[in-house]
Amino acid sequence: MAKKVAFLQGNEAAAQGALYAGCTFFGGYPITPSTEVAEVMSVELPKIGGKFIQMEDEIGAMASVIGASLTGAKVLTATSGPGLSLKQELIGYACIAETPCVIVNVMRGGPSTGMPTGPSQSDVMCAKWGTHGDHPAICLTPASVQELFEETVRAFNLAEKYRTPVMVMPDEIVAHMRERIVFPEPGELEVINRTAPSVSPAEYKPYDTSFGDVPPLAAFGSDYRFHVTGLNKGQDGFPTTKAAWVQAEEERQVRKVEANVDDIVTFEEYELADAEVAVIAYGSTSRSARFAVNEARKQGIKAGLFRIKTFWPFPDKQIAALAGKVKAFITPEMNLGMCTGEVKRCAEGKASVHGIFRVDGEPINPGQILEKIKEVK
Amino acid sequence: MSQRYEIRFSGAGGQGLILAGVIMAEAASIYDGKQAVQSQSYGPEARGGASKSEVIVSDSMIDYPKATVVDALLALTQEACDKYSHDLKEGGVLLVDSDLVTKLPQGNFKTVSFPIINTAKNEVGREIVANIVALGAMVALTGVVSKEGAEKAVLARVPEAFMELNKKAFQLGYEKAIAAKA
Repeated sequence: MAKKVAFLQGNEAAAQGALYAGCTFFGGYPITPSTEVAEVMSVELPKIGGKFIQMEDEIGAMASVIGASLTGAKVLTATSGPGLSLKQELIGYACIAETPCVIVNVMRGGPSTGMPTGPSQSDVMCAKWGTHGDHPAICLTPASVQELFEETVRAFNLAEKYRTPVMVMPDEIVAHMRERIVFPEPGELEVINRTAPSVSPAEYKPYDTSFGDVPPLAAFGSDYRFHVTGLNKGQDGFPTTKAAWVQAEEERQVRKVEANVDDIVTFEEYELADAEVAVIAYGSTSRSARFAVNEARKQGIKAGLFRIKTFWPFPDKQIAALAGKVKAFITPEMNLGMCTGEVKRCAEGKASVHGIFRVDGEPINPGQILEKIKEVK
Repeated sequence: MSQRYEIRFSGAGGQGLILAGVIMAEAASIYDGKQAVQSQSYGPEARGGASKSEVIVSDSMIDYPKATVVDALLALTQEACDKYSHDLKEGGVLLVDSDLVTKLPQGNFKTVSFPIINTAKNEVGREIVANIVALGAMVALTGVVSKEGAEKAVLARVPEAFMELNKKAFQLGYEKAIAAKA
């Protein structure tokens, strides 16, 4: 049978990806340009016995998904810049309580109310540093409607596998544009479910590290009882200030991601084999970059593209290696240099780094990138 | 057609231009088996303000999803025409509502004008289908999607009760554009 195809908007694809992954709970507060995610979930979840709830604000929305996740559900919320700022306190809570959840954050102009309908890529640092304290961060930056579907599925997998919040961050262009999508059949994409406890309720501890860096999470409301808190906690979930334990736990929580970068980090290399200039881009900007690279190649310039699909953890290793091969990096982005700073850190002076920044609500067009390629080649 | 063909629908917010773009792209992508991307740009207002919807059609993979050099432009208001005609290419198609766009941009364009909104209002009977009249006209003028594919895409988006209304709007737009071009 031919696969189901549709002409879908990015946000709709994110919602469909969540459903494919087995999401049964959405708690949110609508905000442009992410509202269509909530709209689709509000229509689809009741049909499968799931729950959709519009909370009083973004903080409540984040709290609702943490609560629902603890009962064993796969959970989603969707927001944009100002909403992401509000959610940060509870994103930290989800990190320390090790509660799987997926946050779709559609990037619009900021700070504050900024430009609600204009595209931006200026939340990528907020994905890692928005909530205080040391914590793991995973952030995916898809570049097409199909990829937004697939990466949302992957976000659920990573959230469940590592017991941590995962952010999917399309810019407004990717979230609002429409393209043809081919729906994967059930079973075609991997779907990971969280590990259930193998011990009896009496023996169960929610942070029992004898099971490894990611202890199994029982469903709240079942026979398994446990304590959840935002304080540093012991294996049983109750607060502790025991110095050595807190140190080890903090390190473990960050290690869940850092020791598994090869499992998490994804990227695409295009025309890089003999490239002298590499454009490093993500989201819709990477599409402008590919256009520019193709034009440059037509003019005999050895240009290539490194497309970041996983923004956090950052592809440190790959960019460091590339810095030893190319002469220059070009980093176009719809902010004032967030990815550019990371690229400079990874390049360690081995390749020059040239940013192209736009925060005027307009996309970076291929012509701008091509011009820069010619300038630095 | 291996080259990109870029179409821009522009006017005021609330005129249904985003939907017109979506249907055009759907016709290309789902019914005609080509590649297509639709994107949009609009202000924070629910109604009014200049609004645009862009469609890129190609036989091969589309990277940059927005217009670079526009092949065909529809302008339903003077404001949209002033704002969005700067990157219409030499020899490109320019379709305007003759009642609302009186000041045409300088340049060598294949300009076609007819009263699009009034056609919807007076001949189809509902102003709300002006976007479908405009779509019919753009399908006729660009030839980038098949008439059959476009018609199917229109009907797939419309509730049963409004099928005839939209069919008529599409057909009238298609015919009037050809007549106005001649």
